[in-house]
Amino acid sequence: MSDATLSLPAKRSRALPRVNGSAVVMGLYILFLMLPIYWLVNMSLKTNTEITSTFTLWPRDLTFANYRTILTDPSWYMGYVNSLIYVVMNTVISISVALPAAYAFSRYRFLGDKHLFFWLLTNRMAPPAVFALPFFQLYSSVGLFDTHIAVALAHCLFNVPLAVWILEGFMRGVPKEIDETAYIDGYSFPRFFVKIFMPLIASGIGVAAFFCFMFSWVELLLSRTLTSVNAKPIAATMTRTVSASGMDWGVLAAAGVLTIVPGALVIYFVRNYIAKGFALGRV
Amino acid sequence: MDKPVNNKAWFLVLPVLVLVAFSAVIPLMTVVNYSVQDTFGNNVFFWAGLEWFEQALSSSRLHDALLRQILFSVIILAIQVPLGIFVALNMPKRGFWASLCLVLMALPLLIPWNVVGTIWQIFGRVDIGLLGYTLDKLGINYNYTANAIDAWVTVIVMDVWHWTSLVALLCYAGLQSIPDAYYQAAKIDQASRWKVFRYIELPKMQGVLLIAILLRFMDSFMIYTEPFVVTGGGPGNATTFLSIDLVKMAIGQFDLGPAAAFSIMYFLVIMLISWVFYTVMTNLDKREEMQ
Repeated sequence: MSDATLSLPAKRSRALPRVNGSAVVMGLYILFLMLPIYWLVNMSLKTNTEITSTFTLWPRDLTFANYRTILTDPSWYMGYVNSLIYVVMNTVISISVALPAAYAFSRYRFLGDKHLFFWLLTNRMAPPAVFALPFFQLYSSVGLFDTHIAVALAHCLFNVPLAVWILEGFMRGVPKEIDETAYIDGYSFPRFFVKIFMPLIASGIGVAAFFCFMFSWVELLLSRTLTSVNAKPIAATMTRTVSASGMDWGVLAAAGVLTIVPGALVIYFVRNYIAKGFALGRV
Repeated sequence: MDKPVNNKAWFLVLPVLVLVAFSAVIPLMTVVNYSVQDTFGNNVFFWAGLEWFEQALSSSRLHDALLRQILFSVIILAIQVPLGIFVALNMPKRGFWASLCLVLMALPLLIPWNVVGTIWQIFGRVDIGLLGYTLDKLGINYNYTANAIDAWVTVIVMDVWHWTSLVALLCYAGLQSIPDAYYQAAKIDQASRWKVFRYIELPKMQGVLLIAILLRFMDSFMIYTEPFVVTGGGPGNATTFLSIDLVKMAIGQFDLGPAAAFSIMYFLVIMLISWVFYTVMTNLDKREEMQ
């Protein structure tokens, strides 16, 4: 304690210029990150004539027509609905199967556990491009092509391993004594799991759900390959517009802004776990 | 942590096993099946043996795509890792500004990949994009749809924009775990800033840094959507990376055999890197438990 108080004045005098340097670095880096997003938002608030004819740093002729187009045209907003449906389905499926599995991995050793854990990882790392065509044929042959459940199941390929790894990382932090005490108290496994264990790792479940949601939301290749009309995701709707009309930049930008919104809304809640989630529950 | 052996735990793992088997093993078997057969349509298949593998291994198209892919991944790592460490070292340690930085930095990570492509496609256009317009006004001849170098620069800057924060966030998490006592000891020893970094921060970040490098390598190695949206693999084949080439072959031209053989080799490379990743992870876990 006396140590810290002694070094305090020295620290302050040296820390001050360094903090400023850091602030400049961070400022520049965040500026670099925000510029393209700013430009997208800027464009989404302009009319097409303003976009193509003049070059303005902010909308002179502020309009929300682009957003109105998207929110009133079913072929646009159904893209969001479709995306949300399969993303939520996928998140629910992934978390519910991953919970018991992660518990098994974090608490027991069993035949082939390490191999299984590794095999799950290879699926998280597998390039979707490899799976695009076989998925298309598999789901076509069982009659699931162009349904939400097909995309949800396909996204399980990388989300289930992700959920298992993240949850295992969180469950490892819960002391085993809690399990043992509960069993001694006469809890059955399902009751213990739901009543005692799940509340303990609630933040872990939230983080895993967030990452499942996110990775399913950002993925395009598989969801585009597996759908044509009824379950077409917003991402695919956007690419179609780029190639078809080619000039409706305002609507395209507005659609892009709307796809960023879900992530931006919940990011605050998981900010301290972002690193853990991206590192598959480690760190 | 000592874990008891209990083979009944298999029942808990079973749902995952069934689900992932359905969405990974069956498609993978299809790929293997295609890789050894030839077809003239109508679902008539002929045994082709290892022909496709030989063809793929000797095809210059694949070699070029592979070279481009490796070059891309190496450049990405060479930029993102030092930049990510640098940013992490400069991040505020705690408080409001730390939260703000975390949220803003994570934002690009959560944008759908094709929207990332769209953002940069617009941003780089000479007529309506801020970047393209500015460069044009500065007298730099910049056109990512016609010039291969410009296309490369655009794709790389885009990836740096998209993913550097991941490296930074992981390093930041690593830095947070360093106790203050370490820095105080360094101060007593009058260690220079560089020495503090070299002997305290870097060793402590080693684990997370390895994870970051492996994740970035894997993801850049599989990159598809972003360059596809921005450049479509062009101009010519300049930005046709492995995944783009594979999808072109499989879905564009329906060359199932070669595409499948290609997929399997691709997958083997991924398996190898995953194994390295797994080894790193498990070693990290062990070290954590010993502490």
